[in-house]
Amino acid sequence: MSEAKNDHIVEVQHLKMYFPITRGLLRRHVGDIKAVDDISFFIKNKETLGLVGESGCGKTTTGRCILRLYRPTEGTISFNGDDISHMREKELKPVRRNMGAIFQDPFSSLNPRQTAGSIISDPLKVHNMGNKSEMDDIIARLFKMVGLDPRMTDRVPHEFSGGQRQRIGIARALACRPSLVICDEPISALDVSIQAQIINLLEELQEELGLTYLFIAHDLAVVQHISDRVAVMYLGRIMELTSSEELYENPLHPYTRALLSAIPIPNPKIERTRHRIVLKGEVPSPANPPPSFSKVKCRARPIRHRAAISTRDASWPSMIAAWEYHPCVISAADTMYPVCEYRNTE
Amino acid sequence: MAPVLEIQNLTTNFYTEYGTVKAVDGVSYYVDEGEIIGLVGESGCGKSVSVLSAMQLIQTPGRIDSGRVLFKGEDILKYDSKGEKMSAIRGGKIAMIFQEPMTSLNPVLSICRQLTEALEIHLDMDIQSARDRAIELLHMVGLPEAARRIDDFPHQFSGGMRQRVMIAMALSCNPSVIIADEPTTAVDVTTQAQLLELMNDLVTRLHTSLIIVTHNLGVVARYVQRIYVMYAGRIVESGPAEEIFENPRHPYTIGLMRSVPRLGEKRGSRKLIPIDGMPPDLIFMPPTCAFLPRCTYKIERCREEPWPALRQVGEKHYTACFVDIGEKE
Repeated sequence: MSEAKNDHIVEVQHLKMYFPITRGLLRRHVGDIKAVDDISFFIKNKETLGLVGESGCGKTTTGRCILRLYRPTEGTISFNGDDISHMREKELKPVRRNMGAIFQDPFSSLNPRQTAGSIISDPLKVHNMGNKSEMDDIIARLFKMVGLDPRMTDRVPHEFSGGQRQRIGIARALACRPSLVICDEPISALDVSIQAQIINLLEELQEELGLTYLFIAHDLAVVQHISDRVAVMYLGRIMELTSSEELYENPLHPYTRALLSAIPIPNPKIERTRHRIVLKGEVPSPANPPPSFSKVKCRARPIRHRAAISTRDASWPSMIAAWEYHPCVISAADTMYPVCEYRNTE
Repeated sequence: MAPVLEIQNLTTNFYTEYGTVKAVDGVSYYVDEGEIIGLVGESGCGKSVSVLSAMQLIQTPGRIDSGRVLFKGEDILKYDSKGEKMSAIRGGKIAMIFQEPMTSLNPVLSICRQLTEALEIHLDMDIQSARDRAIELLHMVGLPEAARRIDDFPHQFSGGMRQRVMIAMALSCNPSVIIADEPTTAVDVTTQAQLLELMNDLVTRLHTSLIIVTHNLGVVARYVQRIYVMYAGRIVESGPAEEIFENPRHPYTIGLMRSVPRLGEKRGSRKLIPIDGMPPDLIFMPPTCAFLPRCTYKIERCREEPWPALRQVGEKHYTACFVDIGEKE
């Protein structure tokens, strides 16, 4: 086991991130938003782990916890073998050099008053990486790497298009040569024809620089395209975690199935004939999550699961390995963890 | 049978201090009775401006410079934009569902007031019957406990619920045409599926025509009969949905389809083929085809001649391209 673990750049164990709800003048603590509620996973070196789910499911919070922008309520996060979950800012600085972040909105995530060059050089200055001329070299190299003209370093963000701004964001994330990059919805604010450019760029950079990605997005088709493994989140929990092929070919959790069937396929012939599982109702509030999944949103069951239901009213099931759940899946067993106790008899 | 709504040669320009933005440049499309069509394109391609022009909702510096908008044979662009006739059309005969349910509902009015306003104006209902009808409408769009929640305010509803309220508002006066401008962009995929199913059911049942304006080709695939693809203010391809998806004949449409990842593709099995470059600046439009700099099919003729007009390539299938892109490659 320990041998395998050396390969894990990030290990998250029983991570909980609660945000307190306060009321009144005395800011009385009246409850918690359970943004992330007991999740565990790892990211292998040089792989891409996709994190997918609807808004409010806790995927961004998870990313921010790994960057240690939040101090987790409970649980441990280890990065390259070191437990970073309770490190102080000073200790975190060298750790953060090895992490980069790309954000969703290329308009608000770049300072409109800074030139592109100085935006990219900021992380270099923070980490004291070289003098002025060395930095200029690095910036020029980064510009070329992300497909921008190095002569444009003196321009300010509004002179760039959305796709180009996202390239600047990527260059900034890569400035300190990090090993892990957290990509938080990097393409959702971009136009369709530009999205593919950025996806391809991210894939090329990964190959070239040996990067590890945590790719957070709500679009399952995009996540599946770029990821080796995918974790599906719902209400602060991971519902299913498996390789991206398995997730599509053999989704085990009812929520995953509903999510897959909700994604429109750009092909009328397939789209008009396939069955669509339309979930009823709304996602419950993370401040007051329901005691069990089946009670709220599990509508896939009557269609796909004809099996005996033993724990319908019990609390949320914890993750169980796939072989326990689905005896015919053995090959990818160590990566599959559906949070569902329905036995699939089909 | 004449179409319910037909837009002919519509041109809308915005006169800004930087120059004239040719937002919609000679666009024509139509929707038949009970038909669902899709208007697809990226941001800035003029799809929203074209529908707003049809409703005469363009404000300065924008101006509708030419074209006709025929509603049941009558040119509604001739009506005064603030006149009574146009008001009767807007919301009454042609209704709109807007993209952002957050900003398009009035935060200081209850849902009841916002729904009954149109009923009182267009259908001359009294307060009580309008309220009853509003509850019935909310029930129809699947809002649970409609009678209890009708006096709530927009902020008390979730995004998906607000969009249902918008759909109820659009349906309230039994319009002949509903224009849905990016109806599902602001919501999650599972909610998107709910809303699309709902709209499809309702318009089919009520025999209303529906125009879905979207940037997502996937969204329209399941429901629409015909598709118009727009680029830089013009329609570059139009045709029956199956034809467009299976046998796209314009390089832009082909590019769009190749650039989106599809579900179930093995990792690394297919590299996405992006469309290089960026959409053109609508102020400095080239005299030639606006897609030329990004096109992979271009021929000498494209550089020499102005932007080609739509030409027929199949039954009801039109493309604005000189190049004969083969049936399948």
